[in-house]
Amino acid sequence: MNEASSAEPVSSADAMIGIDGLRLWYGDHEVLHGVSLGIRERHVTAFIGPSGCGKSTLLRCVNRMNDRIQGCRLEGSVMLDGTDIYAPDVDVVQLRTRVGMVFQKPNPFPKTIYENIAYAPRIHGIARNGVAMDELVENCLHRAGLWEEVKDKLQQPGTALSGGQQQRLCIARTIAVRPEVILMDEPCSALDPIATAKIEELIDELKNEFTIVIVTHNMQQAARVSDYTAFFYLGDLIEYADTSTIFTAPNKTQTEDYITGRFG
Amino acid sequence: MNNIKTSSAIRRRYRADGRFKVYCLAAVLFALLFLVFFFSDLMTRGWPALLQAEVQADIHYSEVVAEGRYRKAIDKSLRPLVSRGWLRTLPLYLEDHPQKMGSREELWVIASSAVDQYLKGHSSKLKLRHRKLVDKLKSEGRIKLAFNTGLFTRGDSKMPEIAGIRSAVVGTLYVLFLTMIFALPTGIMTAIYLEEFAPDNRFIRLIELNINNLAAIPSIMFGLLGLAIFINFFGVPRSSALAGGLTLALMTLPVVVISARAALKAIPDSIREGALGVGASPWQSIWHHVLPLAMPGIMTGSIIGLAQAMGETAPLIIVGMIAYIPDSPDGILDAATVLPAQIYTWAGEPMRAYAERTAAGILVLLAVLLSMNALAIGLRRHFERRW
Repeated sequence: MNEASSAEPVSSADAMIGIDGLRLWYGDHEVLHGVSLGIRERHVTAFIGPSGCGKSTLLRCVNRMNDRIQGCRLEGSVMLDGTDIYAPDVDVVQLRTRVGMVFQKPNPFPKTIYENIAYAPRIHGIARNGVAMDELVENCLHRAGLWEEVKDKLQQPGTALSGGQQQRLCIARTIAVRPEVILMDEPCSALDPIATAKIEELIDELKNEFTIVIVTHNMQQAARVSDYTAFFYLGDLIEYADTSTIFTAPNKTQTEDYITGRFG
Repeated sequence: MNNIKTSSAIRRRYRADGRFKVYCLAAVLFALLFLVFFFSDLMTRGWPALLQAEVQADIHYSEVVAEGRYRKAIDKSLRPLVSRGWLRTLPLYLEDHPQKMGSREELWVIASSAVDQYLKGHSSKLKLRHRKLVDKLKSEGRIKLAFNTGLFTRGDSKMPEIAGIRSAVVGTLYVLFLTMIFALPTGIMTAIYLEEFAPDNRFIRLIELNINNLAAIPSIMFGLLGLAIFINFFGVPRSSALAGGLTLALMTLPVVVISARAALKAIPDSIREGALGVGASPWQSIWHHVLPLAMPGIMTGSIIGLAQAMGETAPLIIVGMIAYIPDSPDGILDAATVLPAQIYTWAGEPMRAYAERTAAGILVLLAVLLSMNALAIGLRRHFERRW
């Protein structure tokens, strides 16, 4: 194995998501040069690193969102609970109900708040319309900490909410499908500090139920919310350890330079 | 920057700016002038066609009339003033209403086009003694210019006073409907495939190139294609609304594809990713999220494409839709004509009364086209959305 796996703080037995020797190309351009790491269940793992280091790309491999990109191919494996998600018999649609995603820019559907939550459970048959659905919608909004703010305007468009509220709506929408993993791709980069604080609080609560992987440019955020942190640089996993180690006693000088702001 | 007072160079620059503005304004005014001229000319020419001379006459429904000597239905003195085309309908009318047989009726009947033109103050081949009679009847209030409902309720005729646009309007509706049901689903599906599913390879790029080029092909070529494929190969009846509709569908298809692709492209990818992220299949993400958002744009483009098809004459001439069609078609296989083709036919008629009707037909066509475009703009305004 390469040096990245030696830094792995999670034994593969514990890992819910096991990424092994992952190499990824966009056309002829190799974006990830063999990344291996394990992600622990019901913990928050943060991916940090300067722009273009491949952290978002790696995140999007976990729910195969990269499949949409033309000319994207990969080698290596991504295991979810012992199943290779790139195996030919894996259904992508099914996979995405187990691995939800929250995007950089809040992207609620241009429909009502209610419909934003109800859409996915309906297409997956988790709940039919009526009381069961009403309960589910309320429950998800509660868990996303949004219920009090929107309970009187469920029939208003989700796009009319503030940015932070929209992002929490997107989180509520994601947990409505009851995924096991939630991927968050810089979920706070478009939000103000107060909205960011609310999302971070939410992440803290959600990790009791879900495995969360978060990509962030904000190192304080990584330090605050995550249990484990992986530092990437130019497509390589440089260091992966529990968050306090990374931020207080990093092994590699590159990591130290980055978190102290000397580059990136 | 040390001298901020206007120098002669600066002043020259401002003068050039001013001149440029004047040129542009002049161009706008020039275009506007043409438009005003075009509309006022059409209005003054087309307006008289909305009025039609009518004579009050005593109609006698007799056996002779039923046998076909319809001119006997009115008094000999009035015969030269009344439309022969109208009188000719009497035997058929009697066949449908046998109870009228033997009765008399005072009616306002359509006057001949010569009387009509004379009353409107245009040159007319009306004989002098008939002119005097018309003047006399007019002073008695037994001849008048009334609103020409016949223009909208009658089909084409070889006698201008009873020629109307009805059969052409019905034909246009048939053709437009067929164009719509062929071109819209095919065009929208093509756009969805190309925009959402197609891989980026040489074959797809070739298809895209072809579609873009098709939109620029002279429309008469589509007529030739329609003639060769639909009429000669598939045996669709000539002059039928089906042949015309299919031909125009071919012509409209690229417009629909291009506008639908533009509308789909304008939907941000975050919508698709959001849907896929909660486990929607690619088809669900398009059908439930992307397409409803793109629909106003698609509709706008489609309506403009259809409006373009509606004003099209050349390809329809090729598939035979220029024929003389006095009766409205009863189905998509019947011989039909369309409004622009009707206008074209009338424009070729030498009689003054047809010139009026040509202009009136153009006015109707313009009104419909403008309202279709207004509808397209209205739709876009109404559904304009931000995310």
